[in-house]
Formats: sequence, structure tokens, C-alpha cells
Amino acid sequence: MRNITAQAATAAARPAGADVAVEVRGICKMYNEIEALRGIDLDFPAGKLTTLLGPSGCGKTTLLKIVAGLIPATSGEVRVNGNTVTGPGPERAFVFQDFALMPWATVMRNVGFGLELKGMGKNERQAIAQKYIAEVGLSGFENKYPHELSGGMRQRVGLARAFAVNADVLLLDEPFSAVDEQNRRKFQEDLLELVEKEKKTFIFVTHSIEEAVYCSDRIVILSRRPGRIAQIIEPEIDRSASPDAIRRDQGYLDTVEEIWQGLKHYVD
Amino acid sequence: MTMFGYRVPMMASLLVWCVIWEIVGRSGAMFLIPPLSDVLVAVVALVQTGTWQAAAITTLNSFLLGMFFAIVVGVILGVLMGRSTTADSLLGIWVNIFVSAPLSALVPVLMILFGMGETTVVVTVFLFAVWIIVLDTRAGIQGVPKSLVEMGRSYGASRFTLYGKIIFLAALPEILAGIRLGVVRGVKGVVIGQLLVAIIGYGELFELYSRNFDMVNFWALTIILFAAAMGLSALIENIEKRVDYYAGVR
Repeated sequence: MRNITAQAATAAARPAGADVAVEVRGICKMYNEIEALRGIDLDFPAGKLTTLLGPSGCGKTTLLKIVAGLIPATSGEVRVNGNTVTGPGPERAFVFQDFALMPWATVMRNVGFGLELKGMGKNERQAIAQKYIAEVGLSGFENKYPHELSGGMRQRVGLARAFAVNADVLLLDEPFSAVDEQNRRKFQEDLLELVEKEKKTFIFVTHSIEEAVYCSDRIVILSRRPGRIAQIIEPEIDRSASPDAIRRDQGYLDTVEEIWQGLKHYVD
Repeated sequence: MTMFGYRVPMMASLLVWCVIWEIVGRSGAMFLIPPLSDVLVAVVALVQTGTWQAAAITTLNSFLLGMFFAIVVGVILGVLMGRSTTADSLLGIWVNIFVSAPLSALVPVLMILFGMGETTVVVTVFLFAVWIIVLDTRAGIQGVPKSLVEMGRSYGASRFTLYGKIIFLAALPEILAGIRLGVVRGVKGVVIGQLLVAIIGYGELFELYSRNFDMVNFWALTIILFAAAMGLSALIENIEKRVDYYAGVR
């Protein structure tokens, strides 16, 4: 585990040697009179999974949606692969907390919807959708409707849809919070495999400390409103071990404990 | 409904009322109520007459035209009000006034504006049906999950596709419910419009029979109208159920 303190964060936020996929520079966000985010400077290394963690209402989802181009920042700038973000773009794909599946469309159509919006032909997009449906483990469910699936399966559809558009950066907004505990664990393990396989940059928002430590290459902890960077932690856990071994690993448990100690004073 | 331990279908109660009607009619207690069997015979005879057929076509014509405009205008206004707070606060008060106002009182004014013909009836149908369609569409649009709109935007949907492929479809169950209620009100509108204009279509026939105390034909006319209104409503409800099935997880 490597702990980068808040003071040194700006310097150390730029990982030496690694490519930077997303740069966040001086982002502030005001909702009328309420200051949601203050002066966020952050780099997201390419090909890594970075987690935004913090107490509820700290603005982590707001930050993610600013990166997605879904909400404008009050001031500051976000650059993805060197280009300034002005709105949503094809190099970023979003996975929603409540899945955001179209209830009137089959799994196949939902997964291929990003490609459909790009104007890709039906056969081509179905072939791609088919590949990612298989990758997230939903083969055989192509013609089912979302209400026929469990919560975990629905989010797999949301994930497959994000993979299908072949974006460089995947933005996941508390993707497992509406999934029950057993499915969540399995899903986290599958996600790690997909991170390994797909070589994409992941930005992951969660309020679960265990989930953050288990999945992340780097954890950015935000303070309570107005959201600022409180801590950056790199768990440095050996992921070659089995999932169960990781969950019993002393380094894993220590990291969880340390983050909890840091966050404890935010809890009423 | 269960009776003496047996499950009795809903339509059975209708049968009971039919029997009561027949008995009251046969007793001759009230000349206003002729026996149901006579009325049913009259229904069969009536639909074969040229007068009825001409009246039905005129009426259907006015109704469909009025409903067409009510649906188009209602859905557009509803979408506008659901998406824009400015449009909502500008139009909201009027829609709410008209949806509960006794519109029959307006028909004489409409006659001055649009003359004693079909136009007045079409406008009456429109005014009866449109407001509830506006309100239900607005509610449907407002109920579209925010994340579904964000999903469309983040995957690059243009404004037009966003409405066509996501917002409209997501609000479809409520829009259809509005149209169903609008159809029922539209049937009221067409009859009231024609009655007050009193020289065309179904209204003319109603006027003719009730003035001559021809109760058999009067009731026959009423039964046909009720059946038509219920049939239409059931048809839309059927489509609604199918759409609701797919929208089941919202």
C-alpha cells in the first residue's frame, strides 16, 4: 500500500512514466449556492482502475458526470486523451447506478444501443453485441427483456453496452450498489478479469471501502462537501492470488482499516 | 365476486340488471322504460336503416377528426410541458382549468364561432378530449427516468433521436392512458356537440326520438353508443397492457 498525502497529491497525482488518459484541472462545481466540488486536480492513469471514494454527498458522482460531459463544471477543465471535454464523446462510456436499460428493448438491442446511435448496421452491431454479451456471461439471454433479469444481470447488460462502443475510458457510477451482496462479489471478480482483458481506463465511483480496495489500482478519497481530494491511496495488492485469498490478505485488510480510520470522522 | 361459494364473472351482474329492466318494462309501470327485448330488436332494425347509417358516418367522421387533432396537439403540448418548466408554468394553469371545466357550457359560444355544422362538433370533441391527454403525457414525460435520458446523451443521441427512441417510448404507457381517457371524453363531446347543434348526426336522431317519445329507438341508440365507447376504450386498454408489459421494470 502506498499512501500519497493530500499535500503531495498534486505532484504525485501525475504518475511517473504511466500514460494519463484523463486529466482533471481545477474543477469546481456550484449548485446554486451549494459548493459541491472545490479545486479538483487529478490524473487518471491509462489502463488502470481508479476509484473515487467518499462519504455520501461528497460530489464523487458529480465529478464522474463532469468527466462524462453530462453536467458542465462551474470552472476548470477536463481533458481526455489531451482533448478538452465539452460534452459526451465516443471515447467515454458510462455505466449507470440504476442500469438505465430500455425496458421495451431486448438484451441484444440494449447492448447494441450505443452502436445503433452511431448509425452502425444491424448485422454488424448484433455481432459486436453478441461478443460482449458472451463476455459478461449473459449468453442465452439475448432475447430477454430487462424485467426478466435479476439486478446483477441487468448491470451486466449495462456493462456490455459500455464495452460494445469500444470507448477508451469507462465511467462506472456505483455500478454494484443496486445489486445484492452475493452477486456483487461475483461481479467484482468478473470486473477485474474484464479490466485485465480489455485494457481500458476505468473510473469507478463507490461508497464501499471493501469494494474500492478490492478492485482498484488507485483510490482517490474525497472529503465531505465541498468535495476536495483528501487522500490518494494505491493498494498494491497482488491480484494474481485467488479472490478469496485477496479478501483474507493482511495488506488488503490493513488498507480497508486505514481508509475507514480516515473516513470515520465524516460519519455522524 | 363470489356468491354462495361460486366465482361469478363480472358480466353476470349485467345479466341481473338486464332481467330487472325486462321485468320493469313488461309491467308497463313507466312508459320511459320499454322492455329490453323490444329495445334489442330495435337495435337490429335501426342499424339497417339509411338514416342511422348516415348519422353514424357523420358522427364517426367528426369524432375521428376531433380525436386526431386532440391526440396530436395533446401529445405535443404534454411533451413540451413535461420537458420545459417555462412551458409548464405558462400553460399549466389553463390545462388544469379546462380539464375540470364544464365544457358543455362553451358549446353555444363555439356555435357562434364555428357555425351550426360539423366544425363545431369537431371542435367540441377536441376540447373534451385534449386536456386529459396533455396532462397524462406531461406526467409520463416527467416520469421518464433521468438516467435513461443521460444514457442516451452519453452514447451520443442527437436531440431528435433522444425524443424518438427514448423519451417518447418511455412515456408511452402514460400517453396511451391519456388517449384512452381522451377517447371516452371525446365520445361525450361528439354527442353533446351534436345535441346542442341538434341538426346533424347522432344528435339529430336523439333529438328526434326523445321529442316523439319513441323510447324504444331512443334506448337502442343509447345502447349502440355505449357499446361503441366501451369497445374503443377496451381496445386502447388492450394496447396499453401490452406496452405496460415491456415497461414493467420502470
